[in-house]
Amino acid sequence: MSATWLVVALVGAGTIAIKAAGPVLLGGRPLPERFTGVVELLAPAVLGALVAVQTFGAGQSLVVDERLIGVAAAGIALWRKAPLLVVVIIAAAATAISRAIL
Amino acid sequence: MIETKSYRDGARAVGPFAIAVAGFGISFGVLARAAGFGWLAPIVMSATTFAGSAQFAAVSVIGDGGTVAAAVTAALLLNARYGPIGVSVAPYLTGPAWWRFLRAQLVVDESWALAAQDDGRFDPRVLVGSGLVLYCGWVGGTAIGSIGGEALGDPATIGLDAAFPALFLALLVPQLKGRRRLQAAVLGAAIALALTPFAPAGVPIIAAAVVCLMGLRK
Repeated sequence: MSATWLVVALVGAGTIAIKAAGPVLLGGRPLPERFTGVVELLAPAVLGALVAVQTFGAGQSLVVDERLIGVAAAGIALWRKAPLLVVVIIAAAATAISRAIL
Repeated sequence: MIETKSYRDGARAVGPFAIAVAGFGISFGVLARAAGFGWLAPIVMSATTFAGSAQFAAVSVIGDGGTVAAAVTAALLLNARYGPIGVSVAPYLTGPAWWRFLRAQLVVDESWALAAQDDGRFDPRVLVGSGLVLYCGWVGGTAIGSIGGEALGDPATIGLDAAFPALFLALLVPQLKGRRRLQAAVLGAAIALALTPFAPAGVPIIAAAVVCLMGLRK
């Protein structure tokens, strides 16, 4: 098997297993009471991390670039209760325009 | 009163995300083709792995002349967050094991966040409805990118790289009800940024996820 297909097979099998683990092993049963507060905080923690890393991350380094302008513009649009599609277009446009100008 | 949502509600809510995901899929197809993956392997990878950042990482490692082991490790570290994420939705995915297994594959960041309810529960129908639309966008986009190739150009040049943090911000905002959730988001972001220069990609996100343990009840 070529390296390409080996990567496709191993990453696919690994990811399928990771995604399936919780629902297949624990599925349908309620989590213990003391963990409900934990699960509630998982989404804000993971989403906060994703926003930060995707705004400032560039491989292993942190940079401030045109993406920040796009995300800031999206933040303003969200605050003004703009529809989601508008928010995304504003973010992409603000980034593309500042890239062209700066 | 319990508000029940349908698969269609999920499919409808995910529209703007699916457009961005399809654009990202095109980007992945173009990049994978350029990295020597041919046209078929990128499509098979999107259909089986269905996790954008991990696929980009694996393809970049191979494109830069890295080993298979390095590519697979990078991708699986990026997907490690789906371990705890899977546990969080597990109570709501009922039914036989094969049915739980199939629906678990539709869990990606966007479908998971859209399925999150205000009370910390997850709506399995929203998860499946939005996940299916995202899946079609991702696999379809990949096919367009890998087959259409360079003729299309790379959508990343039109600011798509900022669309994703903007989308995650849009998913985060409704989650910020109450002080503890706000603290979790800020701490998660801070931990992820602090670890980025030192840890391999994916590890900062998993470390940030540990923040949720502050919600442990005694």
